[in-house]
Amino acid sequence: MDTLMLSRLQFAFATFIHFIFVPLTLGLSILVAYMETKYVRTGDETYKKMAKFWGKLFLINFALGVVTGITLEFQFGTNWSRYSTYVGDIFGSLLAIEATAAFFLESTFVAVWVFGWKKLSKTFHAVCIWIVAFAANLSALWIILANGFMQNPMGYVIRNGRAELDSFYAVITNGFAWSQYIHTVVGSYVLAGFFVMGVSAWHLLRKQNIDFFGKSFRIGLGFALVASLVVAIQGHSHGNEVARIQPAKLAAMEAHWETGTHVPMYLLSIPDEKNEKNSVEAFGIPSMLSILAFNDPAAEVKGLKAFAPEDRPPVTLTFLSFRLMVGFGTLMILLTVWGFLKRNNLLDNPRYLQFMVWAIPVPYLALQAGWAVAEVGRQPWIVHGLMRTKDAVSPIATSQVAVSLAAFVVVYLLLASLDIYLLAKYARKVPA
Amino acid sequence: MDLGTIWFILWGVLWAVYFILDGFDLGLGTLLPFLAKTEDEKRTFYNAMGPFWDGNEVWLITAGGVTFAAFPTTYAVMFSGLYSALMLLLFSLIIRGVCFEFRSKVESPGWKKLWDTCLFIGSFAPALLLGVAFANIFKGIPIDQDHIFQGTLFTLLNPYGLAGGILFVLLFAHHGALWLAIKSEGSLRERAFAMAAKLWPIMAGWIVLFLVYSMFATNLFSNYLRWPLLLAILLIPVGGLVLTKVYAAKARAWAAWAASAAVIGGTALFGVMGIFPALLPSSLSPAFSMTIENSSSSPLTLSIMLGVALVFVPVVIAYQIWNFRTFRHPVTKDDLDYEEAY
Repeated sequence: MDTLMLSRLQFAFATFIHFIFVPLTLGLSILVAYMETKYVRTGDETYKKMAKFWGKLFLINFALGVVTGITLEFQFGTNWSRYSTYVGDIFGSLLAIEATAAFFLESTFVAVWVFGWKKLSKTFHAVCIWIVAFAANLSALWIILANGFMQNPMGYVIRNGRAELDSFYAVITNGFAWSQYIHTVVGSYVLAGFFVMGVSAWHLLRKQNIDFFGKSFRIGLGFALVASLVVAIQGHSHGNEVARIQPAKLAAMEAHWETGTHVPMYLLSIPDEKNEKNSVEAFGIPSMLSILAFNDPAAEVKGLKAFAPEDRPPVTLTFLSFRLMVGFGTLMILLTVWGFLKRNNLLDNPRYLQFMVWAIPVPYLALQAGWAVAEVGRQPWIVHGLMRTKDAVSPIATSQVAVSLAAFVVVYLLLASLDIYLLAKYARKVPA
Repeated sequence: MDLGTIWFILWGVLWAVYFILDGFDLGLGTLLPFLAKTEDEKRTFYNAMGPFWDGNEVWLITAGGVTFAAFPTTYAVMFSGLYSALMLLLFSLIIRGVCFEFRSKVESPGWKKLWDTCLFIGSFAPALLLGVAFANIFKGIPIDQDHIFQGTLFTLLNPYGLAGGILFVLLFAHHGALWLAIKSEGSLRERAFAMAAKLWPIMAGWIVLFLVYSMFATNLFSNYLRWPLLLAILLIPVGGLVLTKVYAAKARAWAAWAASAAVIGGTALFGVMGIFPALLPSSLSPAFSMTIENSSSSPLTLSIMLGVALVFVPVVIAYQIWNFRTFRHPVTKDDLDYEEAY
């Protein structure tokens, strides 16, 4: 393998692992803040215990999110130096603003929250975790605005052989990026809701501190129910933007080869990339893809063949990731609606509770699949229509990247296993 | 002053602030195996850093981010050129970062020993690597006309680079010992002062040696010869060096720590001003250097970033000072029994 492929694998792996931790941080911080606020307002100690119990799980996870994030920022320089030179004027400033305006806030106040239970007033202590939740979500916004520039570049001119900033306003009001942001953070809220529900269900099945975990479950449920519906509805409109702005990605998501109108959607298809067709296409819903993409049954949807082979994203991976994301998303809606119907007699529904324990990984898989669609589907471009991934890589020795990739795999897998072990260990504790 | 120069100075200041703030964390971690005898003392080390280390590390991320935003070409050349050194630095910082959260979570001596070792490696290695990296930047690294680094990790491990690495380890260890004196009581506090006193002459000697070495190994002094007034910057580290000794002898830990901060900050600024207007001098030819002129962002980006910095950096400084004030007290038995303590 060459430097390019190794760098791509390294970045994909580092992002994948980073994104195991980040979504839980985004959602759980809000839930903990909500619980602590309830404690401040009602004086009910149960909510304080809740904030501490879920706060501990939040912190174990948070540490990994921070350390794996640092490597991502620096990889743009180490592995993608030509990219950094070409778009640093815009992309670099978004990362720098993220650190200055959000990450400082999050890192400082998370420490104040941990060590300040006795030193600060009750209200101010609760404010600290709200600041953490706000900063975490703000941090995600700047990062996704940066990613949004890669997906749908705006506000630049090509000058001095690189992309220079022309309108900062255009960069930060990039509609595609905002839509991606909402899709990602609200998806993360679903994940946090499922995490809280899953852990609570495990305790409820064992009849441990039913009051505590019953309440926790319902908080997670309410959050996940609303969030999972928002993700689905908003995901549809985001799909429209993808159809408009990144037609090759949309075609790859659906393994749709021939340009046409009234395009059906097949519930079952198996792409055959080599022969530029699908080896299986079955259960077609007439005009459905045209409707999904442009809200119009007669709309023309570009097929993959409309793009030169070197301009097409990897079809099978994009196609499968999209199917997984949508499939898991649907499953999450079904599970939360089922939970909503049974919310008042959870203990009489052990089968549902058991499902919810098993469902903890589902939103994780959905989010990872979603990012695979966004990032793999953007290929061969690192900045859509502007710079190819192969032109972005650093002029460095392959051996260097091979060694660092091996180190990433070993260290990250070790840390991720330790993290999961600790999360499981502390999730099993029964609060007194 | 033009935007590029303003950002060059801010760039230098950010690195200096990072070295001052994370310097004491990295120094404490380096001293852990030498100063902490009992489990309570080890935990005092962790909790002396607990409320601060994460916020301190963000200064590194910001320094990196600002290099990317204001001088993207330098960022690209510097980070890809120093690839292996940077990866080592990142992995060290990763294992340090998780120590705090992981160590107290399992009650087993082997587990704790593991994270104590990681804290030591994750503190000593970054101090050394940052020193090696910056000494090499002061000296110039072999980048060619296409801005491609012509060397390997071993190119960086030259005698001057290593001298810089040792310099940083000494500066940070001394700085950490004084922070420990601030955050501890009783015999540990006395040992912290004793360690600072022991490190002081070695550090002072090494600084002098490093300065003399720099005269021969680098062009750092050429700016100072051209504008002798700039030599006043040297008053900061030299004054700090004297004062830190005076205050430490009087057991005034905060004042001694502040003086030590001046030594670190002044040393960093001295180096950064010495390479101006290059951010990354080339050792092959001055024409190949990465400078403000050939690597800075567009004026629009620089001015927007300046606006962002002028608004947010003072706010960050304000709440970080408040954080330091809130947790300025020594770590006591009571703090160690606190349920959230590490």
